[in-house]
Amino acid sequence: MMSEVIHLKERNRKLFEKIEEISGEKVTLCEQCGICTTSCPMADEMDITPAGIMRYSQMGDETVLDSEAIWICASCFTCTVRCPRGIDLAKVTEALRELNLRKNIDRIDVSHLDEELDELPAIAVVSALRKFTS
Amino acid sequence: MKIGVYVCHCGGNISDVVDVERVAEFVSRQKDVAVVRSISHMCSESGQKAIIDDIWQYNLDRVVVSACSPQFQGETFRKAVAKAGLNPNMVVMANIREQSAWPHHDEPENATEKAKILTAMAIEDIRRKEPVEKVAIKMGKNVLVIGGGIAGIQASLDLANAGFNVYLVERKPSIGGHMAQLSRTFPTEDCSSCILSPKMADVAEHPNIHLLTYSEVLEVNGSIGNFRVRILKKPKYVDEDKCTACNKCTEVCPVSVPDEFNLGMTMRKAIYLPSSTAVPHSHVLDENACLGLRPLACGLCSEACEADAINYDDMPQYINLEVDTIIVATGYEVFDAHLKPQYGYGKYRNVINALEMERIIVEMAEGHIIRPIGKDVAFIQCVGSRDAQIGNLYCSRICCMYATKLASLLKRMDPSREVYVFYTDLRAFGKGFEEYYRTAQELGVKFVRGRPGELHENPETKKVIVRVEDTLTRKIIEKEFDLVVLSVGLVPGEGTVKIAEILKLPRSADGFIKEAHPKFRPVDTPVEGIFVAGTAQGPKDIPDTVAQASAAAARAMSLMNKGEYEMSPIKAFIHEERCNGCGECVDACPVDAITVTNVAEINVAVCKGCGACISSCPRNAIDLRVFSNDEIMAQIDAALEDKKPGEKRIIIFADDMCTYTLADGVGTAKLKYSSNTYIIRVPSSSRVTPEMIVAAFEKGADGVFLGECEEVVSPYPSTLKVIEENVKRAREILSSVGIEPDRVQYSPFVTVMFKKFVALANKMVNIAEKYGEIAEEKRRKLRKEIEVIYDE
Repeated sequence: MMSEVIHLKERNRKLFEKIEEISGEKVTLCEQCGICTTSCPMADEMDITPAGIMRYSQMGDETVLDSEAIWICASCFTCTVRCPRGIDLAKVTEALRELNLRKNIDRIDVSHLDEELDELPAIAVVSALRKFTS
Repeated sequence: MKIGVYVCHCGGNISDVVDVERVAEFVSRQKDVAVVRSISHMCSESGQKAIIDDIWQYNLDRVVVSACSPQFQGETFRKAVAKAGLNPNMVVMANIREQSAWPHHDEPENATEKAKILTAMAIEDIRRKEPVEKVAIKMGKNVLVIGGGIAGIQASLDLANAGFNVYLVERKPSIGGHMAQLSRTFPTEDCSSCILSPKMADVAEHPNIHLLTYSEVLEVNGSIGNFRVRILKKPKYVDEDKCTACNKCTEVCPVSVPDEFNLGMTMRKAIYLPSSTAVPHSHVLDENACLGLRPLACGLCSEACEADAINYDDMPQYINLEVDTIIVATGYEVFDAHLKPQYGYGKYRNVINALEMERIIVEMAEGHIIRPIGKDVAFIQCVGSRDAQIGNLYCSRICCMYATKLASLLKRMDPSREVYVFYTDLRAFGKGFEEYYRTAQELGVKFVRGRPGELHENPETKKVIVRVEDTLTRKIIEKEFDLVVLSVGLVPGEGTVKIAEILKLPRSADGFIKEAHPKFRPVDTPVEGIFVAGTAQGPKDIPDTVAQASAAAARAMSLMNKGEYEMSPIKAFIHEERCNGCGECVDACPVDAITVTNVAEINVAVCKGCGACISSCPRNAIDLRVFSNDEIMAQIDAALEDKKPGEKRIIIFADDMCTYTLADGVGTAKLKYSSNTYIIRVPSSSRVTPEMIVAAFEKGADGVFLGECEEVVSPYPSTLKVIEENVKRAREILSSVGIEPDRVQYSPFVTVMFKKFVALANKMVNIAEKYGEIAEEKRRKLRKEIEVIYDE
């Protein structure tokens, strides 16, 4: 595989600014230590590590919007309480999901939740609807 | 009174813009002016000679030099008038270059008018100046050094070798500090205690050093030249002079307790030698560990002692000292890794801190295995440093290199070992550090860029599992280690915190002792006569600590060597006849220089001359030498004289260190701002009372601005708070007569905020333009307000 060159353009800066605006967090504070990744209970399942999410966000790289990782995030806040720079990473990830949801793209389809509805506690379903639908 | 006024052309710098002849003609009509000259270069030898000749020929007693900034040439002219026999305070400079010719270079007419007023202000100022006698404090040659680590040792030796009398106080039974505990030093890999112990021995033998170990500073009163110190010397129960360190007492002692020198990893007896290189080289009896002294429960050590050195009747001693200067070298403590429970320190058997690793290596070299090290060792960096979660934002500066050193030593001992260093940023900034980092990589130490979130213990093998994102490959890696070493940061120790309280030393946001100026006074504290060296001031390595210790010693010597210490003559003083001893000023003083017996008294050794106390006095009984109320009021008067209808005039009070320097900088850069501004130089704008601000409006000002140093660079603590209060009070009075309160503004500055200064100066004029003329009637009402204030 050849290495890909990312040409950083105006749209990258805009995405970065949008992420900071929606999350209210200073994304540039991230020093890429990776403590979030190894604190994350879901990191093994992710296509981009939590520290990677922060890096892509700093660069305004759209790849992060298309990642599975932002949906796999369990919103457990462990990254937030561990971040040595005091960044609320959960808010950043929420902002990234929000950027997708604002395009009216839902992550789950309520009409296809049959078996899950029986298995899952009601609170999980409610929070999933809040988190995954626009 | 005969005043000579000298207007400088500055070789065109001034005269190309300002019509200096018109200025000279104008001032010649001022009261008491006997001689006026305009000269090309006032600062040249011929310029100075003109002043000296005139003083002699015309019997001048006061001089005004209307030229450049007093910060630039003030000293030149103070020396010149002194040469002619006048008191050096008998000259004032009007700054018509930086404050008129340069910033207003494109409006020569206004620049000339402003130069006239600035010179008139200086004339009114000099008319009220009084001769100032120098304030000198007698200095002896006694120094207290607090802390016997490498910083305290170095400072003590430098001072003692220079002939000063040093009291070195150490709270532990031996000097040496942390350096005595270390294996080797980076980047040279010298044996730490081998290079330290000769210095420790020098301290013990030096005739000018009085070593007080096992001792604590309880109380310090007084000030520079006369610090009174009370010290507690705890009983060692062993006569240091008689003890031969034969160890027979230790051999018979039945009590074992954890050994602090090995961080509790080994045991020591109740009577023990603190370390093999201890100075004083004497045993000590730990009264808390002993089976009992009163009544004596055991007595075996005394029986074993052939030197008859043990004295069970030893008592605490209280020692009172008088010293002239103090050096604080109280050092650091390592960060308590228990505060990061996710790393399992104290819970997992194979997680230790780096200082413990140092002791393990030293003991191993001496043939004692405290614990096995194993084949796979990990270092985790930044534990307790650079961590917002525990509130330590700073970098501890030494951990990258000590981890590199320990990793290298482990690799050298056994090249088959796997040694990993998990880091966030590798900082190798010192001399030889980068090369040392490279050497470690050559040895095969693996540096992985990633910070682990938590550590886990393999329940069967007790090995420690490190899981980390290798942020350079974006892959999560996991590995089991026989031993994990936490590279703990440095924190201000309990001793440093306590001494800071006793000496009333401010600490910076990181908790370490704050220096008087971060760039130019790095080993001075804000308290005159007290210096700081080593890690008490902030994390640093041994070379920096030693350099700072020598610097602190040199600074202390420079104060003591002449036998007297000349202070700035700018000091607050009390009009005793007006003072009723109410004590309001005591709380207002940021440096505790004021006490009240019958009337308030000011300790000139402590007073920093900010003038923050002046506005606190309800009876107008405090004033400031060199920048007196009268002198400032006279300048305000002169600045507002002959104001034309519709003209706007703004008074700017500029603190000497930041705002005045900044205005000079703005002028030098020829940045333009409104010429309707008149700067009055003050040591701190906190000496500008609400009454002065109000009086300025009464006399015709359209706005008043107060500039002050930002807190971090200010030579005075907490003056901004006083300014805020004074401005609030002045605004209330202005409001009460219907004058817009935002005509009074203040701002903190540092000396490079050129744009901010220009913007604020213009803003003041804009505000005045916006609101228009202040009705004469309102100004008259202010007069009544002021009368009421002074009547009370």
